Amino acid sequence: MHQGSPSRSVAADPSRRSLSLCLRAFARECLLRIFASLREPGRQPLKAATMAGSVILALASCHQAPSDVTFHAAGFPKTLDEWGLFTVKDHRITPHKGMVTYELATPLFSDYAQKWRTIWMPPGASARYEPEKTLDFPVGTIITKTFYYTVPASAPSPGESNEVVKMTPATYQTGVDGLDLRHVRLIETRLLVHRADGWIGLPYVWNADQTEATLQRTGADIPLTFIDGADRTDFVYSVPNQNQCGGCHTADYRTRALGPIGPKARHLNRDFPGPGGNVNQLQRLVRLHYLTGLPSANVPRDAAFDDASAPLDARARAYLDVNCAHCHSPTGPARVSGLWLHSTVPDPRRIGVCKPPVAAGGGGGDRPYDIVPGRPDLSILPFRMASTDPGAMMPETGRSLVHQEGVALIEQWIAQLKGECRVDRDGRDQMAMR
Amino acid sequence: MRFVPFAVCALAGLTLAGCQSAHKTDSEGFVVDPGFEQHLQEQLLDAKPGTVITIPAGKYALTRSLSLTADGVTIKGAGMDKTVLSFAKQTSGAEGMLVTGDDFTLEDLTLQNSKGDALKINGTKDAVMRRVTAEWTGGPKTSNGAYGLYPVQVSNVLIEDCVVKGASDAGIYVGQSSNIIVRNNRAEGNVAGIEIENSTDADVYGNTTTGNTGGILVFNMPDLPVPGSKTRVHDNKVIANNTPNFGAEGSAVRSVPAGSGVVVNSNDDVEIFDNEIADNQTANVIISSYFSTGFDTERGRSAVYDPYPQNIYVTGNTFKGGGDKPGAGFDKLAAALGGRLPDVLWDGFTDPKVADAGICVQNGDAKVLDADGAHKFAGARLVTLDCKPAARLRPVILPASMTKTS
Repeated sequence: MHQGSPSRSVAADPSRRSLSLCLRAFARECLLRIFASLREPGRQPLKAATMAGSVILALASCHQAPSDVTFHAAGFPKTLDEWGLFTVKDHRITPHKGMVTYELATPLFSDYAQKWRTIWMPPGASARYEPEKTLDFPVGTIITKTFYYTVPASAPSPGESNEVVKMTPATYQTGVDGLDLRHVRLIETRLLVHRADGWIGLPYVWNADQTEATLQRTGADIPLTFIDGADRTDFVYSVPNQNQCGGCHTADYRTRALGPIGPKARHLNRDFPGPGGNVNQLQRLVRLHYLTGLPSANVPRDAAFDDASAPLDARARAYLDVNCAHCHSPTGPARVSGLWLHSTVPDPRRIGVCKPPVAAGGGGGDRPYDIVPGRPDLSILPFRMASTDPGAMMPETGRSLVHQEGVALIEQWIAQLKGECRVDRDGRDQMAMR
Repeated sequence: MRFVPFAVCALAGLTLAGCQSAHKTDSEGFVVDPGFEQHLQEQLLDAKPGTVITIPAGKYALTRSLSLTADGVTIKGAGMDKTVLSFAKQTSGAEGMLVTGDDFTLEDLTLQNSKGDALKINGTKDAVMRRVTAEWTGGPKTSNGAYGLYPVQVSNVLIEDCVVKGASDAGIYVGQSSNIIVRNNRAEGNVAGIEIENSTDADVYGNTTTGNTGGILVFNMPDLPVPGSKTRVHDNKVIANNTPNFGAEGSAVRSVPAGSGVVVNSNDDVEIFDNEIADNQTANVIISSYFSTGFDTERGRSAVYDPYPQNIYVTGNTFKGGGDKPGAGFDKLAAALGGRLPDVLWDGFTDPKVADAGICVQNGDAKVLDADGAHKFAGARLVTLDCKPAARLRPVILPASMTKTS
């Protein structure tokens, strides 16, 4: 039951789809006007001429997507272009006015997909600085994350290429000026939209022509082949369903409210190209009037996991924070495990040192503790990171390839941790052997 | 395959095509319905309080976890042996079905061969599982999913008339929850048949557990946000749970020796009464501390954790057989006792700061072995623990809306 290219059939006749949406919107507009006229006794009922004029205007505007970012306060727009975020033209996808491209110090690993992230806020609105939590974004904020892969240079039609190539961050297109579609396959664009009643997450999957992305609330499975030098690995890229968004983005199980994960001060506190040059991203947001309350000093900063000049501990903790701590926190979905991985957690046992697993089952990989200092080969963390078995692997969603560099980092970090857990493997099969 | 006349289809508002496809199956017996999975997940996304999602008879192959976040939803099949959701072809998702909505009911279907847990309900209140089978059909395998029915941090749990088979950890696993009834279920061929862990106020009765490594477990594990106590295990049949332990190394149940009937580990205020417990080859009842699990480390156990079982009452049970082929560590003890461990095995660890551990056995002529685990069995001896708790636990009462059957 693969949904290999779910958007393709839908996209076969985009004009009809947008026309019908448009007509629906127009009908709604008409009703609103009629109601308005009824509420205002001084006004005349709608005249035929007015109606006709409205129809012409509405239909004219229907033929293209909004050219400015458009916040929808309700509903689930069926296509990405209804949000007016991007222009796709001349083999380029470019962001619209007011969208700021940003990058995280250490990003979440998602099957080596490259990611282009943007933030947009309504005119005049801005986010409040938070030292630890996600920045406090205003209602109307739209955060986009476009997942894409670089395709082999020989691929004739990038949007149809099932072969995708491993890239290092240094060679990524940054997205600041959009992306050159002759070299990439767009997979999906996820939106996080801050509405009056909270954030919602919407996954849009791109069509083969890379002209349109359609809402796939139930997710999609996309078979791809990952090329890393001479190695080729077939895998299924899994677009999450709308509920699964909450599997990561629900930071507090009590409120069950969805929210962004990445845009925290400690992840954004780095230089990145864009308006104003290669400057600190938090300061850029301040200059663009998108952020208030940024202190002049002591802003937390997580390391880049692949920055060999940074301390190993900082790199490992930054990696675990971004890849694990959205669930593994006192209030996240994995709070029940008692393993909490925010980079700010000080207690070694809480981050897994000599901590036995609770409900890992086979996910424990026949290893006794989450972290055995000095012994990555006995530690559960790197085992689960290196697994691709859905019942054992971590994170549970959003990955079917192994992040070799991430596993290597965590193994290297555990190898140099000091201490011992007094592992007694002889007593395993019996009770009371000590 | 039942024949549905066209007229019935038309009345039900179904098209003829839809009707026919519901009956078409492939060579593996799966219903041929390419839109089934997406449609079901769409229903779950669109569900609102009061929504009842019905899944017709048939065996359906799913490739991804199903997920439900809405409150007040019922999912209902056509019967445990009629509606089967198979996850044998699952490529993503850590469980068959993940539920994070309150007031959830799952009835009359089978969840089969999921890669991880079959059903996980995380952090909700009012969860009902009724006439649900959660199973792995390939026999006992370490690669089977860990848990069959797995509510965790749920208040008000009802699991009744369910069947769980083949879980590599526990068939029914109620973790970090409160106010729980687990009744009239059958657990067979799991490592642990039924496990109540770090939970408070649980009634476990009317169940049959057989052919597991351990029948019914009441555990407390360290380093968890929620400790547990107050469980009543009564009127169950706990028979011949002698399957070799196929749990993963390091998993919570890995320390359970094959042949364990009812096991209390590090938990407090547990009553075991009026059960029929027979032919469990290590011991029919085991009362033990965390020190006996083999997991203990000084760095790995938080100071607030209580590793000792306290206030355990064993009474009125019918014991038969068992103790005659105990796990390797106990065979010498059994030999010294004439070839058989007694019905109740206690590891003997007690908290030096607590005067009376309150371990009480008033169960006819059933004997108790204090294994003196603290000294590697050096002082193991038969003991009499003729006492009873000052007050008995009260039955668990669930909201009436949960116990009303449809």
